[in-house]
Amino acid sequence: MSSDDVNKGRRRFLVATTTVVGGIGVGFAAVPFIKSWMPSARAQAIGVPVEVNVAKLKAGQLLKVQWRGQTIGVLHRTDAMVAGLSKTDDSLSDPESLKAEQPEYIHGEPRALKPEFLVLNMHCTHLGCIPQMIPEVGPQPFDENWNGGFYCPCHKSKFDLSGRVYKGVPAPNNLRIPPYSFLDEHTLIIGVSPKGAV
Amino acid sequence: MKKIATILFTAVLLLPLASFTVSASAGAGVEQSGANINDTASLQRGAKWYVNYCLGCHSVSYMRYNRLAADLDLSEDMVMDNLVFSNAKFAETMNIAMDPGQAMAWFGKPPPDLSLIGRSRGADWLYSYLQGFYQDENGEWNNTLLPNAAMPHVLWSLQGIQTPVYRQETDAGGFTHEVIDHFELTRPGKQSPQEFEETARDIAAFLEYAGEPAQLKRKGVGVWVILFLVLFTFVAYLLKAEYWRDVH
Amino acid sequence: MAKKASNVSSRASALLNWFDDRLPVTAFWNNVMTGYMAPKNFNFWYYMGSLALLVLVIQIFSGILLAMHYKPSALEAFASVEYIMRDVDWGWLIRYMHTTGASFFFILIYLHMFRSLLYGSHKAPRELLWVFGMFIYVALMAEAFLGYILPWGQMSYWGAQVIINLFGAIPKIGEPLTQWIRGDYFISDATLNRFFALHVIAVPLALLGLVLLHLVALRENGSNNPDGIEIKKNKDADGKPLDGIPFHPYYTVKDIFGVGMFLILFCFVLFLWPEAGGLFLEHDNFIPADPLVTPQHIKPVWYFTPFYAILKAVPDKLLGVLTMGASVAILFFLPWLDRSPVKSIRYKGLWYKVLLTLFTIAFIRLGLLGMAEGTPAQTIEMRVWTLVYFMFFVLLFFMSPRGKTKPEPDRVTH
Repeated sequence: MSSDDVNKGRRRFLVATTTVVGGIGVGFAAVPFIKSWMPSARAQAIGVPVEVNVAKLKAGQLLKVQWRGQTIGVLHRTDAMVAGLSKTDDSLSDPESLKAEQPEYIHGEPRALKPEFLVLNMHCTHLGCIPQMIPEVGPQPFDENWNGGFYCPCHKSKFDLSGRVYKGVPAPNNLRIPPYSFLDEHTLIIGVSPKGAV
Repeated sequence: MKKIATILFTAVLLLPLASFTVSASAGAGVEQSGANINDTASLQRGAKWYVNYCLGCHSVSYMRYNRLAADLDLSEDMVMDNLVFSNAKFAETMNIAMDPGQAMAWFGKPPPDLSLIGRSRGADWLYSYLQGFYQDENGEWNNTLLPNAAMPHVLWSLQGIQTPVYRQETDAGGFTHEVIDHFELTRPGKQSPQEFEETARDIAAFLEYAGEPAQLKRKGVGVWVILFLVLFTFVAYLLKAEYWRDVH
Repeated sequence: MAKKASNVSSRASALLNWFDDRLPVTAFWNNVMTGYMAPKNFNFWYYMGSLALLVLVIQIFSGILLAMHYKPSALEAFASVEYIMRDVDWGWLIRYMHTTGASFFFILIYLHMFRSLLYGSHKAPRELLWVFGMFIYVALMAEAFLGYILPWGQMSYWGAQVIINLFGAIPKIGEPLTQWIRGDYFISDATLNRFFALHVIAVPLALLGLVLLHLVALRENGSNNPDGIEIKKNKDADGKPLDGIPFHPYYTVKDIFGVGMFLILFCFVLFLWPEAGGLFLEHDNFIPADPLVTPQHIKPVWYFTPFYAILKAVPDKLLGVLTMGASVAILFFLPWLDRSPVKSIRYKGLWYKVLLTLFTIAFIRLGLLGMAEGTPAQTIEMRVWTLVYFMFFVLLFFMSPRGKTKPEPDRVTH
């Protein structure tokens, strides 16, 4: 075997070239395998938007549906419920929903496209239990000054009638709002944002 | 001497292969279909024929409507308006409403799902099968490829009705029996023979596609992959040759 | 600038030293790579081992990804494979990787074993290397058989039916044994589920262990070569074999090229011809398993067909099973059947070239006949080639000590 120092440069070049080409190949090759972990066509089919007809939903009633494995609540709020939202602002952790997970087009205290229909992801932002709805205003065992809202039995988190979380409870955030829009006056569709919205 | 020995050796080795052919699906009565899955228009027609004449009994339960739309260049509206006659949603699969119990009563066994028939039988068989229906002397439906099949000739209104003309044939044992010589179109259908051939071809192409939707993309990806590998192997060869100059 | 570079490299070597103090990293690298002297005359036949290792990795990788979506139940298995083919992003690619890999594994292994028949790599002191290889081959056959049932198609079901029923041929314990294998009175969900566990966990672990032993045994005596002479017989002043070259960089670089060539072939099949005319993916397996309908023609996948032909050649069920078993078992004894004083075909007389050619034709011909219907003419032919197959070993045993040989060279030639 001869040792030829002149070729060391050429060898380095060829090693580098082979490594680079090989590396590019490995990079491209990795893509399909990583993509195979994404939700499959079947998962996407099951995760389709859910239409909810609210024509028969009485005032004060809560309707629950499933969307993408989550329980979504549609609450038909009374005018009194909507008006009473500002009363508890001081006890709330994030009254203006600055940290809350909700679509860009949801603003203000009512946290809804139309204030009379609240659409909420019902899972407590602490560890995922579904809170009970306790809409009546009046003293409760867990709160003397209860203004109506949601109470989570698992670890006693409290939320108001817009799903906003109280201070001093384990849940860190307001209840989430899923993307949704109205197909017509009586039908909303969960999973689809209003046209033109982000 | 060595080269001759190598060539002879290889020839002797390959000889047994030459005298034997792996039996393919092509057998007696199976014609070349000319089905072309790269012809999107053919696939679209095939889909249309299929949902109008076949989907009543034969589900394609592994095929989603939205996949069909994407692969066949059809919009959601076109699919939902023209291809979906049930309550199925766009993302759902091509299932049928037929009750299995009723199917047993009507046909003796439930009509099979056809998602993979393109792979198990092949386009040529399907093409020949669809054209192989005839009505025998008793007015019963029969098929040259699947004798005494329970399936009626669903496409008879398009092809028309053909009846067999028999001839006598003597086999090696000296026995004579009747064999179908050719068909006669005793009652014409809405389509001419050429038009029906195209219909059969389109349905066969559609089912060949439905057997493996990914095949439309697979080959294209493959060509790029192989080209890249050729480049890589060439570079790797240069590297190998460079180092092996050391080895005399 | 130079200071910066040496800073990085001195950090790198400090890191390496940290590991070397705790784990024999550099020592291992020197032992199996830069310090492993391999004969310099490796040819085409010497790519197969490293390529087989690559395919093992491909199978494990694609297998794990498949197992993320596959459902090992009789009700869901077939549908889950179609789910992978259609609904999982790039699922078809993963599936074809696995089916193409399975067939290529056997192509490589048969070529790898053939190399040994050419150059006598099974002979002393490498008998154990050969035996470990044979165990790998048997484990691979088991793995392929177990894997083939998983799609739960017609061939999966009925192929398993036939093979498991072979065990029923064993007198007395046959019937209870088949029940024990199946976990049921007939092939069912119980069978599928346990075959899945064996295919995904048990046999791959065994394969990995056996491959490790195979490589350690190889390292112990070093590789043979096409001339069949021991390169350690001629050493230089430093004690290195004159005809040896360090495995790294010479064979790492050559094997990378080999990998490139192989992947071109592999990807050609995967992307452009995955069914391989019905050989790699059988047409009947696209029909869901139906215990009430027997396929017209049950046959194993191509890599089993030579042995299937030997089974069919023998008219008696038990004798057929024993003969088929013997045709695999006899290979284990090759190192002791081959008593030739020279290793390589290059220095053996014409007698060996004729024997090996006939054996190869017999193996290929049996493979083709194993796929065929089994007409009376074909059955006669199967018997002839079965005889040729066994006669290779018998004649090898008797002729090898006396057969003509040519003088072996002192140094490797090419």
